Order: sequence, then structure tokens, then C-alpha cells
Amino acid sequence: MALFDQKTKDQLKQLFSKMVKPIKIHFWTQEIECPSCLMNHQFLEEISSLSDKIKLFEHDFVKEKDLAQKYNIDKIPSILITDENESILGVRFFGIPAGYEINSFIAACLELAGAGEPIDSDVEKRIKNIEKKVHIQVFVTLTCPYCPSAVMAAHKLAIINPNIIADMIESSTFTPLAIKYNISSVPKTVINESMEFVGAQPLNTILESIEKL
Amino acid sequence: MNLNFQFLGFENIENKTKPLEFNTIYDVIIIGGGPSALTAAVYCLRKGVKTALITKDFGGQVTETSIVENYMGYKYIEGISLAQKFKEQIQQFELGLKSNVIVDKIENQSIKKVFCSDGTVYRTKSIIISTGKRWRTLNVPGEREFLGKGVAYCAICDAPLFKDKDVVVVGGGNSAVEASIDLAKLAKKVTLVQNLEKLTSDKILIDKLNNFNNVDILFSHIVTKIDGKNTVERIDLLNLKDNKAFEIKADGIFIEIGLIPNSDAFENVVAMNQYKEIIVDCACKTSAEGIFAAGDVTSVPYKQIIIAAGEGAKAALSACEYVMSKKEE
Repeated sequence: MALFDQKTKDQLKQLFSKMVKPIKIHFWTQEIECPSCLMNHQFLEEISSLSDKIKLFEHDFVKEKDLAQKYNIDKIPSILITDENESILGVRFFGIPAGYEINSFIAACLELAGAGEPIDSDVEKRIKNIEKKVHIQVFVTLTCPYCPSAVMAAHKLAIINPNIIADMIESSTFTPLAIKYNISSVPKTVINESMEFVGAQPLNTILESIEKL
Repeated sequence: MNLNFQFLGFENIENKTKPLEFNTIYDVIIIGGGPSALTAAVYCLRKGVKTALITKDFGGQVTETSIVENYMGYKYIEGISLAQKFKEQIQQFELGLKSNVIVDKIENQSIKKVFCSDGTVYRTKSIIISTGKRWRTLNVPGEREFLGKGVAYCAICDAPLFKDKDVVVVGGGNSAVEASIDLAKLAKKVTLVQNLEKLTSDKILIDKLNNFNNVDILFSHIVTKIDGKNTVERIDLLNLKDNKAFEIKADGIFIEIGLIPNSDAFENVVAMNQYKEIIVDCACKTSAEGIFAAGDVTSVPYKQIIIAAGEGAKAALSACEYVMSKKEE
């Protein structure tokens, strides 16, 4: 059964029509797919059929181990959205971006396709000045209305500065990780294992925390 | 897993809002970003007065409401989508807009000053306060320490994280009973702790809650402490009838005990009632000349989206009338 009905498809097509440049979506799964991998796979197949600017690349996490390492993928199901030239490799989704997270997924596609939201030039400069490696993990649930804005802020940082990697992590797909980081309220953002905050923080707040790292 | 795709609206609307200017004296500065503030903005801008809006975020409590079924024009709409539509409606105007800040204080002179948390100050002839309300906290030991470690305020967000666990819900109104229903579907056991002898929620919700067999309701009980090691493990309770204290095991606690007004910044400037709500007359005037208030932060009864929006319109018209009358002087 299709995940998207006709109305949703039309809505998505209209949104994707704003894309200026093509984007690539790399998806990692494995031969015998876990239930959430299967669902994620179908989601991306349906998504990529809605725009000729979206090119989907499917990878086997086990068989293509070297490639996974090259892209820094350590768990599945995982989605990496990148630009045509693969100059930005930090916009990632672990677990299906359904429910409210469809919004952060669309936003990431549009941003990488040259149809993103403009950002204050001073803020952009500060983001570009970050020289250390930063790993942001945003834990979400699919029924959380505040979570997409936390994910979008993290992804925006990763799009502007290649030193930053930003992951959406669906808490019920990656239960062991959720336990490791004591996730009991979402969104929860973990930065470089050393800093964390609960709730959707504005981009400026996240940026200030990163600058203090 | 609930995959229901929830679109937040990405309509392609030209955004005409612009940053606030330090050297401008505004006609109206609106403080807040919920239904009353955003409605007030639309009314002021249509009247053609120089308007600015300063807010922490957009949509206010509407964004925390899963489904709205009593805002006219929509039989059914997600709270977050309605908030998005409100925001889009103000973006078509040349509104001075500053978000992600809170207002620390205001000064009431003939030209009024608005002081923001980032150190900036703006000047205006009139002010509309629409800062709404925020979650009331229990103020018991452990509540702050365990925030995000088992203490939660948003059941729709965090319920999926408590699958097969023991949780406590505090409160007895609609939001507490709705949270208990959401949690009962997933959690092993839900204990609803209510300080009164009965629930004050709508009957339709209580009937729904009674269909679950994993929900315990403790009447006339209060929470005295939230305890654990790294995360919540125990909740201390007190039975108000026999004054007996005891503890129960719980992995999480959802606090759903209503709201308090965001009126601290306006103390000593406008008169407030015993609940710290700003007292307004039927034209949304406060006790201070040229300062108006609307929505949940005011003493107007029945906190509803549609009432807040209507009050916002009224406050805007009153403020515009005030500004015009000053121009004539």
C-alpha cells in the first residue's frame, strides 16, 4: 500500500516544484530489511518519484561497508541528503521522517536544492567561522509538533558549514541510543556528547552554545 | 508507529516583514505572538498605523494544541497548522518584526519604551500586551532537576517515549485527562493524581479515560517530591484526607495543572488581579493610558483561541483610536 495518498502527493509535488538545483538522496539499508528500513525505503521511493530533481541512491550497509564509512554512516535506516556535487555531507535522518518530521525532510530537500530560507548575513558569517568538528544529534518523536524546528535549525547549520554534521534521530527506531542519552522529552539536542538541551531552541541559541564549545 | 504526515504549511507567500528600527517612534508595539497578538497586528496594519511586533515565538499555546475543532472556518485543523496560517497572514504586511526575544520591562511615559532581553530598546506611542500564558509548574523538589529526564509537560510529544513504562499524570482538567488517555494507549500503567475530590475535565473525556484498565486515579492526593538517580524513579505523594505520605514507582511524570499569565514584565505598570492577569475594560484598556492588553494574559474570562483573536482585534482598534486622537491634539 502506498504511504502517500493522491492529495499528499500533489502537495509534495507542488512543494518540490520550487527546487532550483537537483539533489541526491543516499539511503542505507540492508539485504534483509528491518521493518523500519522497509518503510523508510518505500517512503524514499515514493518521494523520488515526485520530482525529477531528486535522485535516489540505495546502498547496502553490510555489502558496501567502505562506502558507508566514507559517508560516515554508522547505523540504519539512514538518509543523507546532499547537493549535486556532494559538497555538503552533514544533513542526515536516522529513522523515517514521517509524522511532523515530513516538514524537516521537505525543508532539507528545498535548502539543498537552492530554495531554502534566507538567513541573516551576520549569523551566516558566525556559522561559517566555526572551525571545530561539530556533531549535532536531535532526538524526536513523530508526534511532536516542536521537533521539526529543532531539526531544521541543526540542518541549517550543517548546510552552511561542512564542519557541522546534523542528525535527526527518531527515538522509537533507535531505542538503545534514546536510552543512552536518557531521552524522555523531545526534542532533545545533543552536541558533541558534551552538551545537551531539551526543547526547540532558536538557531541563535544553538549557535551560541557551539561557539562556546 | 504513527506515520500520519502532518504538513505545517509551506505556502509560497512573500514575506514583507522587516527588522525593527531604533530611530522610529512606532504608533503601536504589540508584545506577543499568539492569536491575539497576530490578529492585533493585522488590524493595526490595515488601519495604516506604524506597527511593530516583538515575540518569543509564533502561535503561542495554539502550537501546543494537537487538534482545534472550535475555531470558526475550520471544522478540524492541527493547532500547529492554524498557527502557521496566522503567521502567514501577518507576513503580507510591512510589519516591524522581532522574534526570539522576550520583553523584560516597559516604561510608561507619553512616548513609551519597550526593553528587550537582548538589550535593545524601542519607542512607541502605544503598547498592546498579548503575552499569553505558560505552563504552571508544581514547584516541588526534583521538578527542575529532572526536566527532560522524566519530567514532561507535552504529552503528545513525549508519550511515545514511555511505552511499557509507569507514568504519573498530575492534574484533573481537560489537559491532564487528555494526557492520561494518550499515555494509557502506550504505557504499562498511568496514575492520575488530582488534588480535588473529582475531575474537572469534560465528561466526554472522562468517559474515554474510564475505558482503559491500566489507569489509576488518586483523588485528594498531591505530589510532594520527584526523586531518582539520573532519571525519575519515584514520586512522593500525600493523601490529603488522612495526611499519609507514601511513594510510588514511576519512570516519568507529566505535569498538566493549567497555566499562569506571562505578566511579570508589566508589574507596577498596569493593574492586575489576584491571578496576576492584567485587568482590562471592555475596550481592552488597561489602567495605564495608551497601554492595551488582549488574550489569555488578561482578566477576560474563558481562554479560547477565538476569544483571544477577537480581543486582539478589539485591542488594536482601541490602540489605533488612541493614536489617532493623540495626532489630533
